[in-house]
Parts: sequence; C-alpha cells; structure tokens
Amino acid sequence: MVEMTPEQIEKLKAVGRMQKDKLLQMGKDFVTNNEKYEATIFTCNATSCHSGGGQSVYEAFKAALETAGLTDKVRLVATGCMGLCAAGPMTRIEIKGRKPFLYKEMTADVAHLIVEQHVKPLLGKPEAELKLAPHLQEKELSMDLPFFTKQRRVVLKHLGSSDPEDLGEYVANGGYQALMKCLFEMTPQQVLDEITKSGLRGRGGGGFPTGKKWALLANAPLVDGEKFIICNGDEGDPGAYMDSCILGGGAHAVLEGMMIAAYATGATSGWFYVRAEYPLALERVELAIKQAKRAGILGKNIFGTDFSFMAELRYGAGAFVCGEETALMMSLEGNKGTPRPRPPYPTEKGLFQKPTIINNVETWANVPQIILNGADWFSSVGTETSKGTKVFALTGKVKHSGLVEVPMGTTVREMVEEVGGGTSTGKPFKAVQTGGPSGGVIPAKELNLPLCYEELKKIGSMMGSGGMIVMDEDDSMVEIAKFYLGFTVDESCGKCAPCRLGGYQMLQLLTKVAKGEGTRKDLEKIKEIGSAMQKGSLCGLGQTSPNPVLSTMKYFPEEYEALLKKDDEEKGC
Amino acid sequence: MITLTIDGIEVKVPEGTSVLDACREAQVIVPTLCKHPDLEATAACGICIVKINGRMLRSCCTPVAEGMQVITRDPDIMKARKTIVELILSRHPNDCLSCLKNGNCELQDLAREFSLDKDTFNNITPSEKEMPIDDSTGCIQIDPRKCVQCGRCVQVCQNVQNVYALSSLKRGINTRMAPAGDLPLDDSPCIKCGQCSAHCPTGAITEVDETGKVWDYLQDTTKTCVVQIAPAVRVALGEAFGYKSGDLVTGKIYAALRRMGFKAVFDTNFAADLTIMEEGSEFVRRFTKEPERLPLITSCCPAWVDYLEKVDHDMIDHFSTAKSPQAMLGAVAKTYYAEKIGVDPKDMIVVSIMPCTAKKWEIKRSKEMFHDGIQNIDVSLTTRELVRMIKQMGVDFNALPDEEADSPLGAYSGAGTIFGFSGGVMEAALRTAHYLITGKEAENLEFDQITNLNEGAKEMTLNIAGNEIHIAVAHGIKNVSSVLEKVRRAKANGEKTPYDFIEVMACPGGCVGGGGQPLGVTDAVRKARQAGLKNDDRKSKVRCSHQNPDIQKLYKEFLGEPLSEKAEELLHTHYTARPLYNKEDK
Amino acid sequence: MNEENKEKVDAIIRKWNGKRGALIMALHELQGAFGYVPWDEALYLGQSLGVPMAKIYECLTFYNYFKVKAPGKYVISICDGTACHIKGSTGVLEELEKELGVPAGTTTDDGLFYIQVVRCLGCCGLAPVMVINGVTYGKMTPDKVKSVINEWRAKEGK
Ligand SMILES: Cc1cc2nc3c(=O)[nH]c(=O)nc-3n(C[C@H](O)[C@H](O)[C@H](O)COP(=O)(O)O)c2cc1C
Ligand code: SF4
Ligand code: SF4
Ligand code: SF4
Ligand code: SF4
Ligand code: SF4
Ligand code: SF4
Ligand code: SF4
Ligand code: SF4
Ligand code: FES
Ligand code: FES
Ligand code: FES
Repeated sequence: MVEMTPEQIEKLKAVGRMQKDKLLQMGKDFVTNNEKYEATIFTCNATSCHSGGGQSVYEAFKAALETAGLTDKVRLVATGCMGLCAAGPMTRIEIKGRKPFLYKEMTADVAHLIVEQHVKPLLGKPEAELKLAPHLQEKELSMDLPFFTKQRRVVLKHLGSSDPEDLGEYVANGGYQALMKCLFEMTPQQVLDEITKSGLRGRGGGGFPTGKKWALLANAPLVDGEKFIICNGDEGDPGAYMDSCILGGGAHAVLEGMMIAAYATGATSGWFYVRAEYPLALERVELAIKQAKRAGILGKNIFGTDFSFMAELRYGAGAFVCGEETALMMSLEGNKGTPRPRPPYPTEKGLFQKPTIINNVETWANVPQIILNGADWFSSVGTETSKGTKVFALTGKVKHSGLVEVPMGTTVREMVEEVGGGTSTGKPFKAVQTGGPSGGVIPAKELNLPLCYEELKKIGSMMGSGGMIVMDEDDSMVEIAKFYLGFTVDESCGKCAPCRLGGYQMLQLLTKVAKGEGTRKDLEKIKEIGSAMQKGSLCGLGQTSPNPVLSTMKYFPEEYEALLKKDDEEKGC
Repeated sequence: MITLTIDGIEVKVPEGTSVLDACREAQVIVPTLCKHPDLEATAACGICIVKINGRMLRSCCTPVAEGMQVITRDPDIMKARKTIVELILSRHPNDCLSCLKNGNCELQDLAREFSLDKDTFNNITPSEKEMPIDDSTGCIQIDPRKCVQCGRCVQVCQNVQNVYALSSLKRGINTRMAPAGDLPLDDSPCIKCGQCSAHCPTGAITEVDETGKVWDYLQDTTKTCVVQIAPAVRVALGEAFGYKSGDLVTGKIYAALRRMGFKAVFDTNFAADLTIMEEGSEFVRRFTKEPERLPLITSCCPAWVDYLEKVDHDMIDHFSTAKSPQAMLGAVAKTYYAEKIGVDPKDMIVVSIMPCTAKKWEIKRSKEMFHDGIQNIDVSLTTRELVRMIKQMGVDFNALPDEEADSPLGAYSGAGTIFGFSGGVMEAALRTAHYLITGKEAENLEFDQITNLNEGAKEMTLNIAGNEIHIAVAHGIKNVSSVLEKVRRAKANGEKTPYDFIEVMACPGGCVGGGGQPLGVTDAVRKARQAGLKNDDRKSKVRCSHQNPDIQKLYKEFLGEPLSEKAEELLHTHYTARPLYNKEDK
Repeated sequence: MNEENKEKVDAIIRKWNGKRGALIMALHELQGAFGYVPWDEALYLGQSLGVPMAKIYECLTFYNYFKVKAPGKYVISICDGTACHIKGSTGVLEELEKELGVPAGTTTDDGLFYIQVVRCLGCCGLAPVMVINGVTYGKMTPDKVKSVINEWRAKEGK
C-alpha cells in the first residue's frame, strides 16, 4: 500500500468533514421533501409479500395515483416487511393527522378503489369519516391487535414504514448519528463500556455478551495491519427469516453497528456473509455499501477523523453449518465450510488468520440504538440477564404468523395466545419449538416460561436465532423431532464422526420408531448416540442436533411409547 | 513452561503442546484415530475427547493452558468414546481378514481395545458396487469403503505434497475422500508418491499388492529371477521384525531374498553409483560447457518426475536425463548381466524392492524403460510388500545369517547408500563431481547443511577448485516451488541462474520416509533411518561412486565411459509435458 | 471451451482475481453464466485464480447451491423449511415427484424440469412455497401441482 503524505491526509480529512455535513443535509432534505406530502402509501415488497404479488400492488397504486393526479400529494413507497406476512401482501396508509391504517391480502385490482375511497377523501381532512366499500372493509387489519400492541419494535422500528433504499430517510430517522456520536464525542473505550453496560447479548443463538466479545478484539493486536468484523447473515434455521427481513428492510443499521464496533475495537474492515437464497437481502446490502461509499461513510478518514473502514459482501452457497463462525470463515476464505477446533478463537486467529469477531445481523442492528439512546435505556427492557428485545419468526399453526419483536422475558403464553392470537386451527395448543434444529420443545404446561436465554436452556431448548414454531394437538412430536434431525443430518458437514454417523444412525432408529417398528432398546440407543454426539462432536451443529429428539423424548415420552412395537413388552428389556 | 493437572497428576510442558501430548507426561495414553503425530490435528474423529475444566474437548487439538484441569477418563468419557468407535465401525466393512492392514490398522486396534458389543448399529457400509476400489494408477489402491474420513491423506496430499490429487467431497453421511474432481486417481494430478498410504490409519489407501505376481515368477522354472534392493529399504524393513528404525538389516534381506528363490541378489546402491557417474558427468559437462542448461535437476525420484512433467514442465530441459538407479539396474541386468550369464533377457525377471510406490509407475513410464521390446523391470515391490513375502515364506528373519550381494551388480560405495535420504544424492554427486572437475579426491565428504532433514528446502555454495557451485535441495513437493520460482525469475530477467544443481525428493525426508516404507513414519523415524544410512556410508571402505571397482569394471567391459553412446542408449531417458487432469467434459 | 465461453470466464476472473475470499463468489458467477459449473470453465477459472480443482470440487459438492451438471430448463425449488413442512410441503413434494416421474435432485428425461428441495425461502408466510424459475407459488397444496406444472408445459407447447 502506498503511504500518503500529510498533505494528502489533510485533504482527505477536509473532504470527510464536508461529507459529514452533506449527509446530515440529506436527512434534512428528506424531511423537507416529505413535509410536502399529505399522505404516504406503503406497500410491502419484502420477500413474502413480493412473492405474493406485492410488486403488482405497488404498480397498481402508482397508476392509480397518477390517474387521480395525486403524485405530488401522496408518497408511494415499497417497504420492508410489515410483520404479518401470512396476511400479505400488506399495504399501510398513513394520512397526516390520522392513525396509520393497514390493509391485508392486497391485490392489484383494489388499489384504485383505495385511492378513491380512502386516500382522496381524507387528504387535508384527517377528521373526516372513512367510508369504505364492504369488500375493502374486510381487508382492514386492526392496528389494535395484540400482534402489534404487544410488540416493542427497536430493531424493526422503521421496517414497513420507510423506504429501505433511501439513505436520506435513514438519516432522517437518526441513522449514522450514533456513528457520529462515537467518532466525535466518545473514545473507543467509552463505546465499549456502553455496549458492555447495556447487557447486549448475541442474537445469533449462543447469547454471548457482545461487549465482552468486542473487548477481546480490542485487545488483540493488528496482524499485518488488519483486524476484521463479520456480519453473520447466513440464517440457516429453516423457518426463521428475521435476519433476511432486517437486511431486506435496509442494511444501513447493520453497517452502522459494524462501524461502531470497528471504531471501538480498532477493526479495519467488515465482511457481510449473507445467504445466497435471500436475493433481496443481498441487493440491499450491496446497495447500502454502495451508498455508504458514495457518501463517504466508508473509506479512509471517515468524516474527517482518523477512523477508516471498508466493507465487502460475500454470498453463502447453501450450507447451514456455515452459520457456525469457524465454518463461516472457512467459507469466506474460499473453502468448503467445515468448522475447525477452537481455540484458537477467532479473536486470536480468525478470518485470513487475523483477529476477527462475528456477530449476528440482529445484534448489529441493536448497536446504533444503544449508542443513540444509552445503555440504561436498552437495559431497562428485558430480564435480569437477557436485556432488550428479541425478534422472532412466529410460524406454524398460529393465527397471526409473522415477524415480531418483543421484550425479552415475554412469556410463551403471551407470544402464542396474544401476539399470535392462538392456534390457527382452533385446536388446543400443544407445544412451541424454539432454537430451530439446535433447540427443543416447550410443552403447553410450561406456558408461563419467560423467553430468555437461561430459562430456555434450563428446559432443554434454546433461544436460537428466533424461529418459533407453534404446534397444535395434531402435530406429532416424533415427526417434528424427525424433521429437525433429518435437517441436521442433511446439513452435517461430515467432518467429524460423531455427528456424521451418529446423526444418520439416530435418524434410522427414529424412522424405525416412527413407523411403529421400534423397540425400547432402540430408544436407549437413540439416547446413547445423542449423548456421544453432544460430547464428541466438534461444533455446535453436532453437539446440539440431538436436542429436538431428546427434548421431545423428555416432554412427550408417551408419544414415543405409543409407537413402540406391540410385542416389545414381553421381551422384557 | 505451562503447568497443568492431568487426572490429578501435575505436569509441566512447553507452551503450545497439545493436551494429548501433555498426557504422555502423566503416563496417560489417550486413544486417537484421526491424529497422526506427523500432521496437524484434523479433529475429525472425536475419540480423543477429555474433560478440560469441565468441558468436553478434543485433546489432540487443544493447546495446554496454565492451570488446566484435565480428566481423561470417567464413565461419561469412556461411554462416549465407545459409542463413537461403534458408530465408525457401523460404516465400515468387516473385512479385516482379507485386508492389507490386518494387524497393522489403527481402527482395528481401537476396536480390539474397546470391548465392543456385537452389532450395536446396523451396518450401513455401501456395497463394493456402489463404491468400487480405485487401483487405476497401478501403484496406489483406494478402497473407499474402508475410509473413516480422518482427513490425513487429504492433508498430506494437499498441504505436504502440494499435489491436490485428493479431496474430501460432499458432506454429511455422503462425505467421501476422493481424487480431485471425482476422477479416477490416475486421471487426477496424483504423482503416486504414496504418502497418503503411509499416513492412512486404515486399509483405505494402500499400495497395490503385487506379491502374488512375484511368487508366480519365482515358481516358474523357465525364468531366471533376480532382485535389487533400494538404499532406504535396509534401514526400515527391520522395523517389521522388531528392529529399531535405522538398524541395518542389509545382510539378512539378501539372505531372505536368496531363500525366496532369487537367482541373484543385487543392490540398487550399485546402480546409484552408476547414476552418479552419469549424472555427475552430465553436471560437469553442463557446468563447464553448457551453462545455459543449468541448473541441472535430479530425476531419480519418479514421483518428482511425474510432477515436473505435469506441473513444472517448463523445466524439462533442466532435468537430468540420467535414469534412476532402479531403472539403470534393470537396464544393465537385462543386457550386460544377461549376456554374461548367457540368459535370454526374455527369460529374465527383474524384481526391485523399493521404499516407494511411484517406482511401480516408473518401470513403465517411457519407452526407455524397455529394451528390445522387453520391460527392464518386471515388478517393483514396496518395502511393505517384501515384509509380507518374508512372513509368508516363513523364515525366522531375525536369526538369518548376514549374507553378501551377488556380483557384478551388488557391490556399492557409501555414496550409493546415502541416496536414500534427502540431500544424499547431492552429497554423493558432489563427491564425484569434485573428482571429475579437479582429478583429485575430495577431502570433505559430508555436507550436513544439505542433509539436515529439519528444513524443507536447503541451500549451499561449494567451492571446487575456484568454481562456486550453488546448490539447492528440496524434499516434500511443497518445498520445490520456492526454489524453482527463483530459477524462473532469474531466467525471465536474463540473470545468471541462482542454482547450478538442484536435488528434489518427493517424500519428506527422501526415500527413508518413502510412501512404501513400513508404517508409522514420523520425523524421529525418518531421522533414525537416515542415521542408519549415514552409518552404512561411514563404515564403507569405498565412499565415492567412481571408486566402486565393479562400476569401473562395468564401464571397462561394457559401457565405455560415462555419457558414451551405449550409456546414453541404456542409462538415459527423456521427458514429456503432460496434462494435469485427464477428463473430457461432455 | 469455445471463445465465447472463455470471454465470459475471463470477465469473472478479471473481477475477482487478487481479491480475497473470491472463490465462492466466482463460482456463483460461473453458475450464473452457465446455469451450472462446467468442468473446463471451472478448471480454467481455478488455474487463473490459483485454486486447484480438488478445492473447487470440494466446494462444488459441499454447497447445495452449486451444480456440476446442467439442470433442467425449469428449476423447481420446493421449500421444506419448518414452516412449510408443518403446513404440508411433504405432500406437495410427493405429488410433484409423481407428476414428473422423477425424484428430487434430478431432472426429467425430457430435460425440462429439475426438482430441488430447499430450506426456507424467507416467505414462510406463504407456506408451503414452491418456486419455478423465479415465479413463486405460495400456499401450495398437492392438488394444485398438476395445474402449475401444466402452465409451464404449455410454454413448451406440451
Ligand atoms: C450450526 C450452527 C449454525 C449457526 N447459524 C447461525 C446463523 O445462521 N446466524 C447467526 O447469526 N449465528 C449462527 N450461529 C452462531 C454463530 O456461530 C455465532 O455464534 C454468532 O454468529 C455470533 O454472533 P452473536 O454473538 O451476535 O450471536 C450458528 C452456530 C452453529 C453452531
Ligand atoms: S418475515 Fe418473511 S414472511 Fe414475513 S413479511 Fe418478512 S419476508 Fe415476509
Ligand atoms: S459436528 Fe457435524 S457439522 Fe460440526 S464439524 Fe462435526 S460433522 Fe461438521
Ligand atoms: S481397515 Fe482395519 S479395521 Fe478395516 S478391514 Fe482393514 S484391518 Fe480391518
Ligand atoms: S479375531 Fe475374530 S474375526 Fe478375526 S479371525 Fe479371530 S475369531 Fe475371526
Ligand atoms: S500418492 Fe501422493 S500424490 Fe497421489 S494421492 Fe497419494 S499423496 Fe497424493
Ligand atoms: S483414506 Fe485413509 S487417510 Fe484418507 S481419509 Fe480415509 S481413512 Fe483417512
Ligand atoms: S531415489 Fe529412492 S527409490 Fe530411487 S534409488 Fe534412490 S533411494 Fe532408491
Ligand atoms: S522420495 Fe523416494 S520414496 Fe518418495 S517418491 Fe521419490 S523415490 Fe519414491
Ligand atoms: S413481507 Fe409484507 S408483511 Fe411481511
Ligand atoms: S484424535 Fe483427536 S479428534 Fe481424532
Ligand atoms: S419454511 Fe418454507 S419459506 Fe420458510
């Protein structure tokens, strides 16, 4: 690398100072510009709604607004996920002076009606009565549902009510001001202390204290002038899509979180590792990096300070195990994603043998909020050891399925009965599964369990990244265990014997049991393999993959018993 | 030093030691399968788990830390280890009785020691039809059904040899070690060095066994069977009979071979002296008359020849055209010797005993390996195969008398014997080059700087009568590229070559660590074997090739002089650039 | 490898040569250009980036995303993530395999359809989900399979 002369550096810094003002001006310009509008129509164009026709809804609104000559008065925005995906495509109407209004199950053909009956009559007359045709009335989704009111949106705050591609809007919402606060008002140590004090813990599954992790990196010396930060956006848990939606709703918050960590730890560049199956998330990360580069947020001497940082995007390629941090680094380096033993830990020898930290998308997205609002604000929410909020992908047999963010410590009952609105089938609730393929079940009798790292672990499940599957009495626990085990058997990297062979053999036995051909001895063998896998597997995948089986065996032994071969009793095992 | 406690016993070990190695200090042997003492831990088997400060971790890849509390056995750990062995065996054929590794297999040892229950799990080994044996190279045999995916061979082939012929494909239960690009091994970049087979803990990679062929020849009364043994064999074969690595058992090998039925027992060391005469003269000719053809690069290691033809073929012009000792002996046996004893070369069988799997390939590698349409060497066996033959034959090896090799292709100099380790060929060549350049015998015969096995690539500058000779020696293919890169750079810039003479041996340590040697090779074993050969050299009356009287006689009676027309015809070869992969994309 | 293909690979090499962590990205682009990762092109790419075929094949066979054989013209991804599974994706897959007469992971004899099972497409709200060449079919049921496939068959005049 060519060394710069002091004059060149000074010039860069001057440019940086200008860019800072320009960025803040972008935010102001957005506000000024937005004030011109009397209403905004947000059409959800996140993955689920988009797949369900969100794009045509957007086009239809665009045409309707043009026909009605309202393009100057009404802003039309394609947004990120609004949360209630199962009811999508969603549309949100905000008219100045009125409460926002939600339409579910939107189709292109009603767009012009909404413009005519809803938007046009109320423009400038927020007090007027809303008169909708009956079939439009049916599409209303009340904002007073506990699904919305029970939530506390920090990370998802602007998701669904902003333009994910508009940097100005991000700035207007406070974006990059946490970074500026760090750069201009705080020392790296103060930033570290603030994060530590907030009690933020990793949202990727393990719940490792984020401040502690950062401190390890801060203490590690640069290697060949470098230290790295990685955003883990591999989100492999099947049936969880929090990170996809967070990134899809605009990646600047995550990038800003990473930059704050870089400032605090002395890291020199950042890497996004994002699942290739998430085209929208990839697009938005790429866009955020491009916009940030152009605005001088990434590069040398950012905002005229001595802080420099670069970011790059790399794709996953369809391997769940690559969410595991050492496997992820192997993959980033251009190898097959097989985990390696720790120690050495990534903070000693990480990506390209240089000190590295990895945090989850949601963890990163929390960071700017903590800096802006303070550690005390953050830690006022949650439980003794689990602070802040957590985003869950609530799916399965639940009435209101979607993306929700609730304070840590919310109970299972609140999640299923209130936020979720109970089972979708109306049948009795039986259990929820959390932690995905590494987790376990929470049976109905534990309904009052608060959702936090420790409590979940205690009962044999785990927080995981936020997948939450609701099951009713029709769901077989043996089947669900088999499903998850089948998943980890497919996704085992195959490097170590306990996981590669143990998982497969366990699945054979479980399949035998599920078919009604199993014996009590088979159940014993399943436990024996499970124990060997927990002890002998190299990485978290193998260590935790018996959990769904062992946990269902623990809470629903009768389901396994009922399936055993009838004549097994006589053999007297 | 780090202090830690292992099963209640306090031990002190240097920083960076693995818990596994530290356990030895407390007289604890933790069972392993995937860890090879020579290689980095692959952490693949999970059998070496121990409890460290209450956490279950692999001992082979966990470095010690101050104050660690290690528990190596409790019912939990023992149970888990046993289950893991049972799981591994549940995808492994029960083929011990017909397996080349029977009695010498790390998996079998584990199975024996763990008091396993019968048929704990369903055996899910694929059938032979689903996973056929790959013996396409004729040298290395891969039986994928026996592979436990320990990763050793892949590590050796990729990281030690830099050949990248092997890989670990797929994932999960479908994970399988397979040649690059999932091709037959012979179509991959494999150079047949056999290091994979030397490191495999099971019978999944072995030499291709050709002992049966040799027994057949020995039975055939119409054939005259003669045999040669390579330098490195004599310091390693004894290991299979309870000798220490490096113990010289040359005389007993001669005796065993004779009892096996070979009509004449020759020594490749003799031919090594012959190689030195040709290669040394070639060097002196280039050094004095054709400097543009410097550096001269040795070519007696066939795995290296294979690599150079496929990868470094821009260097072909620098390759010594002198055949390897094995090949030279074959050539003179079926001409000079056959004529001498009045046997039609067609009826003569030449068998060689080599530390090497690639030698099986060399005997057919080019048209120069044939003479009048007859293959000069009929079978090339590895040391391991000879061990089996001796055991099959049923002699009390240890009690055999020491015998001598036969004349005229059996007497050797100390220079011939040191061919068996890295730097030895160079040292031998320099002894004779000194004589050829100055007409005087060299005073200094040993160059520790280049025979030191601790470094992968070594350099030295030697002054012979005012001429500076720049030398490089590399062993383990990975170490070759830095040397050749310097040569290439100098050539590209039109500068004088940085080296005049380069020796390359594919196997780490050279042939003492060859891919066909008795198993269990480590650095300590390589060095012990090397010491054995050095000892053989030092106690030789004649220590320079050109002084070997039988060599002098051979030139006088048959070849004339080094690089003569006859010598060129019989003792030299040529090289061709070849593709790295053979595959037609459909 | 013909000139046109070489040109395509060269463009990828120019973009990624010298960059760290380039291999997986370059393979993504190779697959993007050819629909799968052909041997000659991969070998050429590997030689230019200094990556041996052993490594490339390790990656190609490890990651679900990559294909070393040309797939059918229409790639059908059927989601078997948890949400889709719970809502009956197995039945949909079975029906699909029956309708096309080939198991998942393979291509129909006429080379038209390739079935792959994927885990969560991020639109669990629409579970069970099936995607054919970028077109999403949400809330699938086994009895919808035939008509969806026929839509695509119709494009081929079949
Ligand atoms: C098999 C396996 C899969 C994982 N998948 C993910 C994932 O998809 N996303 C994620 O953020 N972390 C995942 N993790 C956890 C990461 O290894 C790592 O702990 C996490 O990214 C750290 O970030 P955090 O501290 O912010 O949670 C996975 C771990 C394992 C063992
Ligand atoms: S979370 Fe997924 S399913 Fe829900 S709205 Fe977002 S993209 Fe759609
Ligand atoms: S536990 Fe499973 S996924 Fe993890 S390294 Fe071992 S085989 Fe691979
Ligand atoms: S590899 Fe070992 S355990 Fe397997 S069949 Fe051969 S000797 Fe027996
Ligand atoms: S050890 Fe067992 S299997 Fe082997 S020969 Fe003896 S009885 Fe047979
Ligand atoms: S013989 Fe050598 S080159 Fe061939 S596969 Fe084995 S280690 Fe690799
Ligand atoms: S062939 Fe041998 S060395 Fe290679 S992975 Fe299999 S068992 Fe290990
Ligand atoms: S190179 Fe090795 S095998 Fe060949 S003669 Fe020398 S010692 Fe023997
Ligand atoms: S170093 Fe010796 S044993 Fe190894 S391949 Fe070369 S000749 Fe054979
Ligand atoms: S994608 Fe539209 S509400 Fe989730
Ligand atoms: S010997 Fe340690 S994991 Fe295999
Ligand atoms: S589980 Fe099918 S889209 Fe998520």
